[in-house]
Amino acid sequence: MRREAPKSLADYTPLLFPGLMLVVFFVVPFSTMIAVSFFKRNPSGFYTPDFVIDNYARFLTAFFGGVLGFSLLLAVLVAVCCVAIAFPFTYLLTKRPRRVQTLWLVGLLSVLSLSEVIIGFAWSTLFSQTAGITNLFVAIGLMDKPVALLPTFGAVLAGMVYQALPYTILVLYPALVRLDPTLLEAARTLGASPVRAFFNVVTPALRNTIVATLIMVFVFALGSYLLPQILGRPRHWTLSVLITDQAIYQSNMPFAAAMAVFLVLISLALVGLTLLVGRKENAL
Amino acid sequence: MSGLDINAITKTFGNFTAVDKVRLNVPHGTFVCLLGPSGCGKTTLLRMIAGLEEPTSGAIVLDGDDITPLPTHKRNLGMVFQSLALFPHLSVGDNIAYALRIRGASKEEQKKRVEELLALIHLPGFADRPVAKLSGGQRQRVAIARALALSPKLFLLDEPLSALDAKLREAMQVELRQLQQRLGITTIVVTHDQREAMTMADLVVVMGHGRILQAAPPIEIYRKPADAFVADFIGITNLLPAEIDSAGRTTILGTAIPGLAMPVGVAKASVSIRPEDVHLGEAGGRAITGQVTFVRDLGGTIETFVEVGGTSIIAVATPRERPNVSVGATVGVTLPPESCVVLGP
Repeated sequence: MRREAPKSLADYTPLLFPGLMLVVFFVVPFSTMIAVSFFKRNPSGFYTPDFVIDNYARFLTAFFGGVLGFSLLLAVLVAVCCVAIAFPFTYLLTKRPRRVQTLWLVGLLSVLSLSEVIIGFAWSTLFSQTAGITNLFVAIGLMDKPVALLPTFGAVLAGMVYQALPYTILVLYPALVRLDPTLLEAARTLGASPVRAFFNVVTPALRNTIVATLIMVFVFALGSYLLPQILGRPRHWTLSVLITDQAIYQSNMPFAAAMAVFLVLISLALVGLTLLVGRKENAL
Repeated sequence: MSGLDINAITKTFGNFTAVDKVRLNVPHGTFVCLLGPSGCGKTTLLRMIAGLEEPTSGAIVLDGDDITPLPTHKRNLGMVFQSLALFPHLSVGDNIAYALRIRGASKEEQKKRVEELLALIHLPGFADRPVAKLSGGQRQRVAIARALALSPKLFLLDEPLSALDAKLREAMQVELRQLQQRLGITTIVVTHDQREAMTMADLVVVMGHGRILQAAPPIEIYRKPADAFVADFIGITNLLPAEIDSAGRTTILGTAIPGLAMPVGVAKASVSIRPEDVHLGEAGGRAITGQVTFVRDLGGTIETFVEVGGTSIIAVATPRERPNVSVGATVGVTLPPESCVVLGP
């Protein structure tokens, strides 16, 4: 089918509705937030319209900078862990019979129906000293006595990877299913062991998919704010936790807005950088 | 013992037997075509030789060594896939050098071998091109060069030319055969195209329902098909019913064919005769009388369809011996007994 460029104004009408939705539900609230981020806080009330950059200046202190750094690091780690686990898993899943694949995918979809709160408390029970998984290890003689595995950074990471993993698998699945299986067979006839062929052929052939998935999980993990509070110490709290704290408990809307804008800008910059690096490597 | 020995190899998928106790000896340097309709087990047989499919029973012996338990990557073979399976993220040169890279060959060694192979497939200077920018025929050649990079003992091709258009396919058949003869490499090609098999092979193996129906040089398969299936699958043929009449003569469609002997004790059989062996002439005499129903004049050859008592006989002639016939005419069909092959009933 040949696609023709739209010529008249009438050709653009199908775009009208989504465009309107985008303006009402994204452009307007986001612009309001940007505007509020320059307002002045009124300690007795809410905020007064103004143009100050105090909110941004305050953000550039060591404390908030540290939280931002931690949030980004956590999101990157979650993304890398998810893809590292999900990619080989999904690859092996696509080699199984159709029925087995469907069962696994239904199971994964059902995990998506769990809310973040349920996931958080389930993991906090699992990592607890009294009822946790370590009791099991003691029972089979792996440990001497049960210990609490939370609140720790590892617990936060485990919970967030668990939450993001189904999304990762569902995004990777279509690309891996469509992968030509003879690519791997060709590598094997040329003398590559199955594992080596996987890293030499399957991974590079799906590089764009992997990069896209990394970005998706990264953005997803950046917004997480419940799991760090349930499974971690205050120093494991992400920027999203601080934004909520400022906006709801400290009633400092301008500062919360400034932090949110900053987070969006940094994420966009990182995503852009990833894409840029990806394109450069492609050109080689 | 030199060459490839396939020893009673069987492959079953559940209840379905894809390959049934196949035995085949391929002497070193032979070009073999596995020929058959889809689902006859030819691709499964090739994949078992490559180690991509595990046989249910039987053994594959290469130059005296049992390679059945060896995984694919230790078998020292080159394979060209139907999809070609060129690595999309690598250049032409890197695709060809992949096997050498796996073996840890030095950069210079890889470069030298790539240049050799590119010269062999008539694509010099293509090393740095991305695979996506090649034409169908070029991709085909690159896949062949990649498979030959390590000078393997066995060269396997699975429907290698099916993606090409008819003209290019015929040219590649000749080229592939010449390449194989120059290198003297044992080659096995899976195909469903009998012309392709006739062009390239030293040995054509016709398969059906997981079994080998006939394994012989192409011209022998064409001249002396083992059964009706082979006769029908290889080229165009006339399959006609033959009977012994009350006088003890062999008859075809009610007309006695002197000189055509039936096997002892057989009263009814099928006879295969190639269209180019069927002669058309004046009606009467010893000829079978029939009516011309259609004439297809292709320029190079003329096919005449003659109906005899409900059975259609095809005769092919060259323009030089042009039979003077037209649709509706009554003609005499002569079947030379030496060209008739008596098949089973």
